[in-house]
Amino acid sequence: MRYMLLMCGEETAPENAPHPVPDGDDAEPCWMPWAREMQARGVLLVEGSQLQPTSTATTVRNSGHEVLVADGPFAETKEQILGYDVIECADLDEAIYAASRHPVALAGGVVEVRPVLASV
Amino acid sequence: MTPGERRGGCRTTAAESAVAEAFRQEWGKIVASLIRMTGNWDLAEECTQDAFAAALTKWASDGVPDRPGAWLTTTARNRALDRLRRSKTEAAKLQEVAVLSVPEEPAAWGDSGVPDDRLRLMFTCCHPALTLEARVALTLRTLAGLTTAEIGRAFLVPEGTMAKRLTRAKHKIRDAGIPYRVPPAHLLPERTTGVLAVLYLLFNEGYSASAGGDLMRPDLTGEAIRLGRLIAGLMPDEPEATGLLALMLLQDARSAARLDPRGELVSLEDQDRTKWDRAKIAEGIALLEAALRRQRAGSYQVQAAIAACHAEALTPDATDWAQIALLYGQLRTFMPSPVVDLNRAVAVAMAEGPEAGLALVDELAATGELAAYYLLPATRADLLRRLNRGPEAAASYRAALNLAPTEPERRYLAKRIAEVSG
Repeated sequence: MRYMLLMCGEETAPENAPHPVPDGDDAEPCWMPWAREMQARGVLLVEGSQLQPTSTATTVRNSGHEVLVADGPFAETKEQILGYDVIECADLDEAIYAASRHPVALAGGVVEVRPVLASV
Repeated sequence: MTPGERRGGCRTTAAESAVAEAFRQEWGKIVASLIRMTGNWDLAEECTQDAFAAALTKWASDGVPDRPGAWLTTTARNRALDRLRRSKTEAAKLQEVAVLSVPEEPAAWGDSGVPDDRLRLMFTCCHPALTLEARVALTLRTLAGLTTAEIGRAFLVPEGTMAKRLTRAKHKIRDAGIPYRVPPAHLLPERTTGVLAVLYLLFNEGYSASAGGDLMRPDLTGEAIRLGRLIAGLMPDEPEATGLLALMLLQDARSAARLDPRGELVSLEDQDRTKWDRAKIAEGIALLEAALRRQRAGSYQVQAAIAACHAEALTPDATDWAQIALLYGQLRTFMPSPVVDLNRAVAVAMAEGPEAGLALVDELAATGELAAYYLLPATRADLLRRLNRGPEAAASYRAALNLAPTEPERRYLAKRIAEVSG
C-alpha cells in the first residue's frame, strides 16, 4: 500500500528549521539514515521533502463564481505541516514503523499517516 | 416466532439449545475464518449470521448434525460464495477465487504453530490505530457475536451510534491497511498488552459500571472471561494472558456477595464469604500458580495474586494484609499509578493500623492526582471513621458522595455519613 507521511510540528522550533544542504563529499542530509533503514526493510521511498514555512503558503478556494486566494495555510494551528514523504509498504504496521523512526518523530514531532486513495 | 409457537416440541428445543451452544463455541471461529478468506468483514458477519439462522430451521427438522461447527462453517462459506458469485464487481471475483483456494477446513485448526484465526481477529480488532471504544465494540461484535443493539445497550449508546462506530472501524481496517494477522515477534509484546487491556476494560465495565443505575453487568464480565479463556488458551506461553484470566475469575468469584438483596454495594469486609464461588476461586488460583511458574511476572499476575490473598481468607481477619501491601508495592513497578498507591495505603492501614494508612492517603491527596476519584475521599473517610474522628470522616464521605459515579455507590456513602454523624 501507499501512504503519505505528513510531518507536523512547530515550524518555529529550531529542530524543525529547514535542513541546510551539507557541505563536503562525505556529508549527508539528516534523513539519509532513515531512508537507508527503510530501504533495508523493503519500504519504498517514493518521494518526499521538507516544505517551505507556512509564511510562503497560499490558500485557494473556488466559490463557483470566483477564485479566492488568501495568504497563509488552510488552518492556523499551533503546529504546521513541515514536510511529507510518500512511501510504499506492506501494511499500516510498516507505515507506523516508518513514521516512528522518522527524524521529525524522533525530535518530538507528530507524523500523520494517511493511506493514499489510488495507489498507482 | 417464539420457541413455544414451533411444532415438534422436544426436537425444536434440542435444536435451539444446540444452536445456542454452537453460537457460543463457533461464532468467532467462523467469522474469523471468513474474514481471512474474503477480507470482507461485513460479508463474514452476515454470512455467519445466515448460517446460524439456517441451522435453527434445518436442525429442528433434520436433527443436529454430528459436527455442528463443520456444518455451520460450510454453510457460511457456501453462502459467502453464493453472494460473491452474484456480485459482478472485480473485487468480489477476486474474493471468490480466494475463498475457493482456501481448504474448507484447515487441517491443523488451532494447533500450535498454526495461528488460530480467532487470534488474528483479536489482534486486528485491538489494533492501536483504532479508538479504544472501537476496539472494545469490534471485539464484542466479531469475536463474541453480540449484536450492535446489545453492545449499544452495554455502553449506553444508541444502536445507530454504535452501528456507525463499528462501520467506521471496519472501514479504517480495510482502507488504512491494518493487517489481519498475529503481529510479528518485534510487535507481539506491546500488541498483546493492548489486547489484554481491551479485555480487562471490558471486564471492569461489567464489574463496576462506570455509569448508570446498575452496579454490575454480568453479560460483559461473562464475555470478558470467555474471551480471556480463549486468548489464554491460544497463547499458552504468555503468562500475563493466563494472569488476566486468573484475575478476572478471582474477582468475578465475589460477584454474588457484592450486592445485598436490595442491590446495595457490600464492602469486601462485610461480604458473606460463603457466597463466594469456590470453584472459580480454585480455578483462578490454579491458573495463577501455572502463570507464576513461568517466572515472568507482570501486572495482571500481581493483581491476581492480590485477589487470591482476599479469596483465600475465609474471614476478613484472616486476610494477609502485609502480603497484600507487599504485592501492591510490586505492582507499582509494573504499573505506576496513584490508584495503586491508594490501594497500597489501604493495605498498609489494615496491616499496620489506620494512622499509617492515613499518612499515605494524605500524601497522595497532596499530589492532587486523584482529585476527581471518589475512592480517595471515601478511603480517607473510612480511615478517619476507624480512628473515631467522626466529623472529619463525615466531611470526607460527603466529598466522596459528590464524585461517586453510580447510584448504589452513592447510597452506600450516604449510609456511612448517617452512621458517623449519628
